[in-house]
Amino acid sequence: MDKMPKWADVVLIPLISLILAAALSALVILGIGEDPVAAVKMMVSGALGSTYGWGYTLYYATNFMFTGLAVAVAFHARLFNIGGEGQAMLGGLGVALMCLYVPWPHWSLALIGATTLAALFGAAWAMIPAWLQAKRGSHIVITTIMFNFIASAVLNYVLVNLMRPKGSMDPATARFPEAAHLPTLHDLLAPLGISFSKAAPANVSLLVAVAACILVWLLIWRTRLGYEIRAYGHSETGALYAGISPVKITMITMLISGGLAGMMAINNVMGEAERLVLNATEGAGFIGIAVALMGRSHPFGVFLAAILFGFLYQGGAELALWTSIPRELIVVIQALVILFTGALDNMVRMPLEKLFLSLRRART
Amino acid sequence: MMDLMTLIPVLDSTIRLSTPLLLACLAGLFSERAGVFDIGLEGKMLMAAFFSAAIASVTGSVWLGLLAGIASSMVLAGLHGLASITFRGNQLISGVAINFLAAGITVLIAQHWFHQGGRTPSLIGAGRFSPIELPLAGPLSGVPVLGPVYSDLLSGHSVLVYIAFLAVPATWWVLYRTRFGLRLRAVGENPAAVDTSGVSVVGMRYAAVAICGLLCGIAGAYLATALQAGFVKDMTAGRGFIALAALIFAKWRPWHAMWACLLFGFLQAVALRYQNIDIGGVVIPVQVMDALPYILTVVILAGFVGKAIPPRAGGEPYVKER
Repeated sequence: MDKMPKWADVVLIPLISLILAAALSALVILGIGEDPVAAVKMMVSGALGSTYGWGYTLYYATNFMFTGLAVAVAFHARLFNIGGEGQAMLGGLGVALMCLYVPWPHWSLALIGATTLAALFGAAWAMIPAWLQAKRGSHIVITTIMFNFIASAVLNYVLVNLMRPKGSMDPATARFPEAAHLPTLHDLLAPLGISFSKAAPANVSLLVAVAACILVWLLIWRTRLGYEIRAYGHSETGALYAGISPVKITMITMLISGGLAGMMAINNVMGEAERLVLNATEGAGFIGIAVALMGRSHPFGVFLAAILFGFLYQGGAELALWTSIPRELIVVIQALVILFTGALDNMVRMPLEKLFLSLRRART
Repeated sequence: MMDLMTLIPVLDSTIRLSTPLLLACLAGLFSERAGVFDIGLEGKMLMAAFFSAAIASVTGSVWLGLLAGIASSMVLAGLHGLASITFRGNQLISGVAINFLAAGITVLIAQHWFHQGGRTPSLIGAGRFSPIELPLAGPLSGVPVLGPVYSDLLSGHSVLVYIAFLAVPATWWVLYRTRFGLRLRAVGENPAAVDTSGVSVVGMRYAAVAICGLLCGIAGAYLATALQAGFVKDMTAGRGFIALAALIFAKWRPWHAMWACLLFGFLQAVALRYQNIDIGGVVIPVQVMDALPYILTVVILAGFVGKAIPPRAGGEPYVKER
């Protein structure tokens, strides 16, 4: 019998962890001589108070949905993919190649093409660590970390030596052609009579991200493959006994995970920058870890956590703009969320389990 | 291709750049040999780099700075211990959290204290570790070959460089010649056996994590107060991960760790000094030098060139049977 009801596991524990992280963040803000209440008010009005703010919040959230799903899918097979950052960088390369060298007649076709190649590049970058884990037993956490650094060297080389337009000093590709321009939320909502900020970068990729959330949910809980992934994550020996091949599951899970991380590039590279720059990912691959942990590896949880982190990112940018609180405050909050929802999970869980057990004993 | 006079400056900066890698690598060695994976070396170094530079700049004493750096790194090590030993959480996730925590909090505090965009003021005079002349470095410099090697290459580094290289035999001695070292290694291989013999697994692992914090602290302080003169945002620049790579490359052994760190330090020194290297018409781009430590580590991990087998109980929290 479970030690505590399901709702406590799914809602109560993340909530308490979040409150602990928020309380410590407030202490940090106090510690640097600022007012936490004023800071929160400014973050809310900056990130949610206008369609411009929402446009940025949702733009960041789109990135985090992809990378969060990437980490979450791997978690189900008890694989820790720290390489989302590198996979998203390579995804960016795929998007840039598709947008620059294929004459697309319409943005929708360009989006399909770019999404496919981004996912393929991201998956390819995850494939080598996956194969090394499955066949040679190399620890996937270490190899994916190494592949992040290798990816940034590869991207640096490609941008500086191969894809940089002649005469340009900037290590970046040329601007993508107009045909590859993705409609923003402003363009999408205008026909419905809703006016949305024109300057905000949220775009049609948001819908792709939401679709990805739904597809991942279907995959994990409604398909045979998803069942095998979860079974493998639950018990490797049990899965082996049931005829599930660890090599196959490790490979497939990591390919899906890398593909999802790579797909992030349709948002930040194609939707926003419209060219590939160095450090286009801006750490979104790592935020995926926090998002997946907070969302309890459930696609709906990832969706909510991604929006929360989108809010934090946009709110943090507003704070940095109007107060003397640097943007790094968000990095601290992110660290605290990872710490409490991930590493210190048992600190919250153990006393709660005791509490529920004693409650149950009192009842019977 | 290169004569001694062009080689010595490169090897000299190899020693300088290897030092933080070596200290962090030995730090990781203690922790991982005791069964606690640590991908938070980077964060601990960064924290120590900031606090050593900050305290050295406020007090004007580099030694107080070093102490502050060590203390701050050990606080993070304690947090890692709390999460991964006491609360039996995921050691990798805890490491990730510590890296982010350090990356954020150093800039926040630096901005609050110094208002210089997340950096400390430049350290001058006694706020920095100054080079040490080894005995007879002056008179010997005239001797051919040996003279330049001794007085230009080996002499004239800060005290932390010598501490780092002395830490290698010390680590070897502690791990392989003391009872403490035997227990520490045993805790990383078979904690249940150590527990049965009446030694506290939790205590041993905390001790290992504390030593890890100490060494990371020295590494960070070296970065900010000896290699450079002050703290700048994200100044560790992935060195904690190169150290981790070196640790795997060395297969968790102290002497090999030194050679791995010297190799990776050499790659950094070459990448710093030459942009693209031309070897007989084939140009090696600088990015290859940047990526080489990571590529070599992946190759080693893949087991194509000798297999890297981590301590058997690494990453596993120890649960006492009842």
